Amino acid sequence: MMLALSVGALVAGAAYLMLDRTFLRVIIGFVLFGHAVNLLLFSSGGILRRTEPLGSGPDPAVTADALPQAFVLTAIVIAFAITVYMLVLAVTGRADEDAPAAGSDEDAAPDAADEDAPSGTDDRAGMDDRAGTDDRSGAARRTTDEESRA
Amino acid sequence: MSPTLLPLLVGLPLAAAGLTALGRRGARWPSVVLMATLSLNLAAALWLLTTTRSGDVLAHGVGGWPGGISIPFVGDTLSALMLLVTCLLTLVCSAFALNTGLGAVRLFAPLVLTLTAGVNGALLTADIFNLFVFIEVMLLPSYGLLILARRGEGTLGSVLGSRLYVTFNLFVSTVFLAGVAFVYGTAGTVNLAELAGAARSSPLVAAATAVCLFALGMKAAVVPTHGWLARAYPSTSPAVTALFSGLHTKVAIYAIYRVYAVVFEGDQRYLWIGVVVFSATMAIGVLGAVGEDTMRSILAFHMVSQIGYILLGVALFTPAGLAAGIFYLLHHMIVKASLFLSTGAIEVRTGEGRLDRLKGFARREPLLAAAFLMAALSLAGLPPFSGFVAKLTLILAALDAGQVVAAVVAIVVSLVTLLSMLKIWNAVFVSREEPDADPAGSGGSGGGVAVSLRERTDVPRVGVLGSLPALVLAGITLSLGLGAELLLSLASTAAAGLIDTAPYVQAVLG
Repeated sequence: MMLALSVGALVAGAAYLMLDRTFLRVIIGFVLFGHAVNLLLFSSGGILRRTEPLGSGPDPAVTADALPQAFVLTAIVIAFAITVYMLVLAVTGRADEDAPAAGSDEDAAPDAADEDAPSGTDDRAGMDDRAGTDDRSGAARRTTDEESRA
Repeated sequence: MSPTLLPLLVGLPLAAAGLTALGRRGARWPSVVLMATLSLNLAAALWLLTTTRSGDVLAHGVGGWPGGISIPFVGDTLSALMLLVTCLLTLVCSAFALNTGLGAVRLFAPLVLTLTAGVNGALLTADIFNLFVFIEVMLLPSYGLLILARRGEGTLGSVLGSRLYVTFNLFVSTVFLAGVAFVYGTAGTVNLAELAGAARSSPLVAAATAVCLFALGMKAAVVPTHGWLARAYPSTSPAVTALFSGLHTKVAIYAIYRVYAVVFEGDQRYLWIGVVVFSATMAIGVLGAVGEDTMRSILAFHMVSQIGYILLGVALFTPAGLAAGIFYLLHHMIVKASLFLSTGAIEVRTGEGRLDRLKGFARREPLLAAAFLMAALSLAGLPPFSGFVAKLTLILAALDAGQVVAAVVAIVVSLVTLLSMLKIWNAVFVSREEPDADPAGSGGSGGGVAVSLRERTDVPRVGVLGSLPALVLAGITLSLGLGAELLLSLASTAAAGLIDTAPYVQAVLG
């Protein structure tokens, strides 16, 4: 019962965080979600038998199932690796908020790049400052366009 | 092929990946190791196919443990066919990447080799948990490949696409893992052979396996969970898009075929869900492509639509339907990669993917235009290409199974597919470059870039070497269309292995 409640609470927290706009919170949501599923996996081996499956002649009636524990171990390693990678993605490119509409940003970036460098090189990923200024200059350019049309 | 060698298909690429990771920047030898390993892989897949072509099943438990306890690797006709085509695509796409310069990036070779190991493992494993692990092994290098670019050429778009791709795939993988937990909790095993028929007899196991199947469906970009694919795939570099189009969603589709065939034993009660969802996938995917204006996003939406066709085979679950689905799967992998490579070659040269900014490429690049036209007509399902055979057999199988609506949807959707292939063809290849038709005041950046492209007539041609990858794959679709008999008979053997899973189960359990 306690286990089921913990899984439920973790999933609820994960769902709340994942729906946030901030990418960092989404990542924390995924950490919680991963923990919820790990607990679920853990409980799938039965929760009543708790003795360690070690030593000579373990009694199958009371020893815990080792297989789900191995599953959880594997899953933790994988989730950890991806979490680290997502943290890198969160600080790459621009401030850690996901764009409201990715399409508009993609349009803005080459526009700004055209102004800066006529050869049309795209801005480099990993340089927050430059990406930020590009976006601002793109926005500025859009407003001037609108003004000129008006 | 001795079954003991099966784990080497995973081990060898992994070892080669570790080796090539040591290469310094600018070193040539990692590319040589990459191509050598992939060629060896292709030869091994061919060998596996010749061994299993009459429906034999090879199985090996790692370490010689008895079946049910060991980590099982199984090769049958279906996995051998999949292995062959995925190896071929990885080889061709790597050649394209090396040609366009992406392959010279330091970590390209180890990432592709790890990806190959993951794909091979996912195709050969007979254990749901190992399937999860191998899919993760396949995805982790993919995350790296998505944002891989030459120094100074990375784009913000690929980071945004990567965020979407990573979060979506992590979510789906976690759901899949929850499904594995449910399966273990209800059935007490995750070995596919021990699970054989379990979902048919127990509704609890059926519900647990359904969680896994839905997760796989999301990975395969089935409507309504297709949005990530159409957004993430066009954001990366063209070579990587082509590579992913052939591997990722297709491994998920393979797993759906396998799991439904073995665990559900093709239970007729749930097939209607598949028919409805996959028909919707066909229609909605192709309609999504109508509103797109870059080459790769159109192709990505078509991929969604085609995934509906492929999975319709498993939703029919008749011998003819499964064989048609498997044929369609293999045909689609080749054709889609060819299309992504031919349009990608243009995109790499010009740095531009929008239809309204590219003109007159049929004259400049006749080889590339020929490759695109062949693959596009094949995708739409015109004779004499493999797409015609694939669609004809699938529609006949659907009619045979009494799914008239699905058959009608399939026919109508292929007409729309043809229309939107012609849209790319007309815009990019046939249309002439008009002298200054675009007045300066017509709009912000669109006109500006078109002009600059027109001025840049010095953009080097793609040439023979750049067209070759797309052309090779287009040639394969033509020969598969003319000589469909061979692949059709192999697909029928593979389908028979899905209908009667007894040899598979027996081989795994030993």
